Amino acid sequence: MWRYIINRLTWVVPVLLAISILVFSMLHLVPGDPVRAMFVESGGATAEQLAQIRHLLGLDKPLHMQYLDYISKALRGNLGQSIITQQSVSELIRANFPSTFQLALAGMSLAVLLGTFLGIVAALHHDSWFDNLIMLIATLGVSMPSFWLGLLLIYVFGIKLRWVPITSGTDLKRLALPAVALGFQAAAIIARMVRSSLLEVLKEDYIRTAHAKGLSNSVVILRHALRNALIPVVTVVGLQFGGLLGGAVIVESVFARRGIGQLLVGALQARDFPLAQGCVLFVAVTYVLVNLAVDLIYGFLDPRIQYHTESTAL
Amino acid sequence: MEEGIAQQLVVGTRAATAQECIRLKQQSQLSIVLRQLRRNRGAIVGLSLLILEVLIAIAAPLVAPYNPLEQSPLAALKGPSTKHLFGTDDVGRDILSRVIYGARISLRVGLISVSIAATIGTTLGIIAGFYGGRLDSVIMGLANVLLAFPGILLALAIIAVLGPGLFNVMIAVGIGGIPTYIRVARGSTLSIRNCDYVTGARAVGCNNNRIMLRYILPNALPPLIVLMTVGVAGAILTASGLSFLGLGAQPPTPEWGAMLNAGRTYLRQAWWVAVFPGLAITITVLSINMLGDGLRDALDPKLRR
Repeated sequence: MWRYIINRLTWVVPVLLAISILVFSMLHLVPGDPVRAMFVESGGATAEQLAQIRHLLGLDKPLHMQYLDYISKALRGNLGQSIITQQSVSELIRANFPSTFQLALAGMSLAVLLGTFLGIVAALHHDSWFDNLIMLIATLGVSMPSFWLGLLLIYVFGIKLRWVPITSGTDLKRLALPAVALGFQAAAIIARMVRSSLLEVLKEDYIRTAHAKGLSNSVVILRHALRNALIPVVTVVGLQFGGLLGGAVIVESVFARRGIGQLLVGALQARDFPLAQGCVLFVAVTYVLVNLAVDLIYGFLDPRIQYHTESTAL
Repeated sequence: MEEGIAQQLVVGTRAATAQECIRLKQQSQLSIVLRQLRRNRGAIVGLSLLILEVLIAIAAPLVAPYNPLEQSPLAALKGPSTKHLFGTDDVGRDILSRVIYGARISLRVGLISVSIAATIGTTLGIIAGFYGGRLDSVIMGLANVLLAFPGILLALAIIAVLGPGLFNVMIAVGIGGIPTYIRVARGSTLSIRNCDYVTGARAVGCNNNRIMLRYILPNALPPLIVLMTVGVAGAILTASGLSFLGLGAQPPTPEWGAMLNAGRTYLRQAWWVAVFPGLAITITVLSINMLGDGLRDALDPKLRR
């Protein structure tokens, strides 16, 4: 087990390093002068002001020194200052992340509950009209843009039925619609995954043996089939959680919720590079760490993974 | 069986070259895939919807009732009627006409983005799988780093560098798709590179470029075709999402995401401004996904009945 954990941890370090290099390079890959590009929107700046900003961002130093500066500050939690608001990027992220995390967690919980339930029902009624209907809903869920679903939810439940407030906020009532808009696609993916995984498991010999022993159908499904069928779903859940962090960017915009997404989009529209870099770095690192956690959980849940890793390492 | 017959025919008449065998094998595989696809109702519905949409997009100037950019302030925010089937927007433009012209933009964005991703990703993936070693490690390292950015975030990071605009969105979505093609193409290459026909091609003096282009690429295509099909759907979704955020197509371009963005302001008094462009995105993506699912089943020998 330890070898498996060390294996995953050593894989993460170079990925994080490469992410930091890519995010650092964002500013340097801007065609032309990045500092000038930042001030195009606000009508330009004088040569002196540009030189001052260049100095402030450390752009007058050699490239490798700039990177070392960037990474050493980032490791200490200092991601620079927003060009527009002059606030600390780390502070802005710290203030906005709880809202994004809350939304992603609510979306994921909904996706797991709804997706697993629909997937099980579809698999148990395989090839029936019920199965076809659930799979049609799942295909629709994968195809429907979250921002459109969000607008439909606002129109139906906020404007017409007035069941939920449509003003922005972080309380549970205001969380419901954004969570549905964000989690519906993930629910559709999980439902498809659970269905196909459960159908595979139901064909296994040990399920036939369990039936032959005289166990009831519900015990066979819940205790024997589902436990094994849900193992691959853990990976999808991990990937989807990261995806939801990215998807929150759009959903936050639809519902005018504060969060990392709104922060990033605002930074992109204003060409506030330090803030945009900080947000991208933060979300990418969170995504990698969530996937690492999922990989480790997967290793615990499925002993075959550890065995495979150890045998290939030998 | 068709495969066997094809080979027997060739062997019976004259000595078959490896290339001829592969061509015949591919032809017979294609007929099997098409037959499987015809049996799949979902795929047929998806394909029919997609063909209809492509035809409408091509014939947009003929089928659109109005000029999509023509403003008519007196007819602003009028609901669906016989005059304007999908209603009008805040400056009196006909939404149906804009949705029809929007199909041109969205399909173009999807196809160009996927072409960028598939061309670069497949090339790198085949090179990585074929040569292996340090080159493989470098290419796969790059793919893994790009995959470390969730969904739309990589596209947003690229937009941050290139700046907003429809062309930049195509590049951003294209680059975002590259790592998936690298992975799939590399995986296929690894299983193909030790096949007898590749060894045979090498034995008769084919150079590496020819082997990769004539022997590995055609055999690595099936999973890539599925990926490209669903990739178009994903690219349309991401690109319209970026336009919705105001980072893609700019007004007055009749792009579906940008139309939705404009429509949300008037949601309370004019639902049709936001509903129809969203419906167009959903139907397009749904039809492509249904076709993609059908192709996946048809190309998977385990699922053939």
